[in-house]
Amino acid sequence: MAQHATKTARFQAVTANTVQQGEVVYFAENGAWQPRLDQAIIVEGNEAAQALLQKAQRPDAELYVVNMYLFEVVKTKNGFKPLSVRETIRAAGPTTRLDLGKQAQGE
Amino acid sequence: MYRYDEFDQQLVNERVAQFSGQVARRIKGELSEDAFKPLRLMNGLYLQLHAYMLRVAIPYGTLSARQMRKLAHIARTYDKGYGHFTTRQNIQYNWPKLAEIPDILNELAEVEMHAIQTSGNCIRNITADQYAGVIEGEVEDPRITAEIMRQWSSFHPEFSYLPRKFKIAVTAHKNDRAAIRFHDIGLVAVKRDIGEKNYEIGYEVHVGGGLGRTPFIAKKIRDFVPKAQLLAYLEAIMRVYNMLGRRDNLFKARIKILVHEIGEDEMRRLVEAEFAHIDAAKILAVPKQELDRIGAYFAPPNYESLPAESDILDKARSTDKAFDHWVQTNIVDHKIKGYAIVNISLKPIGGVPGDANAEQMDAIADIASQYSLDEIRVTHEQNLVLPYVKKHDLKNVYDMLAAQNLATPNLGLISDSIACPGLDYCELANARSIPLAQEISQRFADLDRQYDIGELKVKISGCINACGHHHVGHIGILGVDKKGTEFYQLSLGGAGDETASIGQITGPAFTGDEIVDAVEKLVTSYIDLRQPGERFLDTYRRVGLTPFKEQLYAPD
Ligand code: SF4
Repeated sequence: MAQHATKTARFQAVTANTVQQGEVVYFAENGAWQPRLDQAIIVEGNEAAQALLQKAQRPDAELYVVNMYLFEVVKTKNGFKPLSVRETIRAAGPTTRLDLGKQAQGE
Repeated sequence: MYRYDEFDQQLVNERVAQFSGQVARRIKGELSEDAFKPLRLMNGLYLQLHAYMLRVAIPYGTLSARQMRKLAHIARTYDKGYGHFTTRQNIQYNWPKLAEIPDILNELAEVEMHAIQTSGNCIRNITADQYAGVIEGEVEDPRITAEIMRQWSSFHPEFSYLPRKFKIAVTAHKNDRAAIRFHDIGLVAVKRDIGEKNYEIGYEVHVGGGLGRTPFIAKKIRDFVPKAQLLAYLEAIMRVYNMLGRRDNLFKARIKILVHEIGEDEMRRLVEAEFAHIDAAKILAVPKQELDRIGAYFAPPNYESLPAESDILDKARSTDKAFDHWVQTNIVDHKIKGYAIVNISLKPIGGVPGDANAEQMDAIADIASQYSLDEIRVTHEQNLVLPYVKKHDLKNVYDMLAAQNLATPNLGLISDSIACPGLDYCELANARSIPLAQEISQRFADLDRQYDIGELKVKISGCINACGHHHVGHIGILGVDKKGTEFYQLSLGGAGDETASIGQITGPAFTGDEIVDAVEKLVTSYIDLRQPGERFLDTYRRVGLTPFKEQLYAPD
């Protein structure tokens, strides 16, 4: 499996999959899990990233989500984007089926 | 085809009820993910990149038309309208919702199907030659043995927590289409002369083959195990593995590593010692009556007496070039006069290898009902087979397939690649596989060019787990990850058939932009190097890696 974040990562966010559908979600304001990366909390630096992950790992979190982890994002002129191909595909959907996944919903 | 008896049906129904309760408790929060994960895996339910994935077992790759219709119905009702046929002759759904899994499993149980033992460290779905029962030169229908093994291995309490997953494949033909030498156990049915022109059927037993991180060709540890003793012998292998297989290291836990570490002779000695005990107890001796009962399910159908050649077929071939190509490429000789084995390519140019949508599945079911005695097979190369088509019906079958984009005439050609789901779906992937298969098929779409190239098996895996069998591709492609970017490593000269070989890595990996050009360079090298009649693999075996490598890495 590909690495999610390197030690030198600058910006990071927390992602997971929902229990109900396995859908990709991101940790957002007010402890919510949102389907789009532009709704995610992005933090700078490793310490802040660890703190964000801890905040996401509330005891009741696994009622809603599983497979939670930090991953690296990069700043672009259109906002933050995932660094890795893996996270880009998770955020959008299969590259071979543009009619499926979040990309199909215009997200 | 085998039909469930009351015990089979009860076992499946009870398991569906049990797992339905577990799903409900997970959703309510009464089961933690840690507790639930092993339970869902035992029922074939994975969590992938975008959603859950349900892997449904297709025992030895045989399906009835009714079952195929149900698979179409599930794709349409609970998923996103399609399914993916895998290299283990199973089908995977990529988008099921957790709460609907019990409904899906209930629907599957109605047609004698399930997702049990399609994951986890147990004996997985047993695979077999897709031409079982219909190909000339077979010792017997290998599905009889596969079914006996299915019953023995289903819910076998001693083998529910093996050191690692365990895969068995069986064939009864000298031409190995089931890649038996790359399974934990591979069986070949053979005949033994017992005098006075009589013979006995038994099995050649190969152990410790596999792909993945450390590929090995299986070692033959027995030339002949009599049929009635087969389960005792298999149980002996499983016991040796269960006792000695490494549980301390995930990467060393498969039986191939055990066989490699202790050696073929010691493995044989241990298995024989264990076998002697089990055999003496006689509890696993399969009574002739039971062998006959199961064998009867696979008895040849009532074939019609037909002329060997069909005028209707000949005429259609002479007037329809596309049909003629399809017959030439996708049809295999049947053992019965006047019949044909039809291969349905699930590799349309630019398509996703192994994917079929609900409409296609329904159409295939209809064709099977009308023209193939209700039966369909799934191949480990991610295609389908209609095993009982009369030659004079071939044109009708072709027209119906063509209407669904299912008549691509490319069996065994470069556009008939195997590709695992890769990074488009798979949680474990390093790189995408499907887009490469699509791009390769588009690059080589010209049929005359494909025919000129001849047999060339391209196999693509998105990570070292090798679900796309890249080690045994004539050209193998392995996706690797370099700091979140996709790279592809090439290997050459692999073969999954009876001439089993593991491909050799060519050298440094290629980027996604370079890899299809690299494949084309290999093809060009082959065309320059080949001698008359040589396939890619033959040329490679004659000249070795160096000339290909020189071309591949030569500066442009
Ligand atoms: S080979 Fe790797 S990427 Fe491909 S399906 Fe298997 S685990 Fe996933």
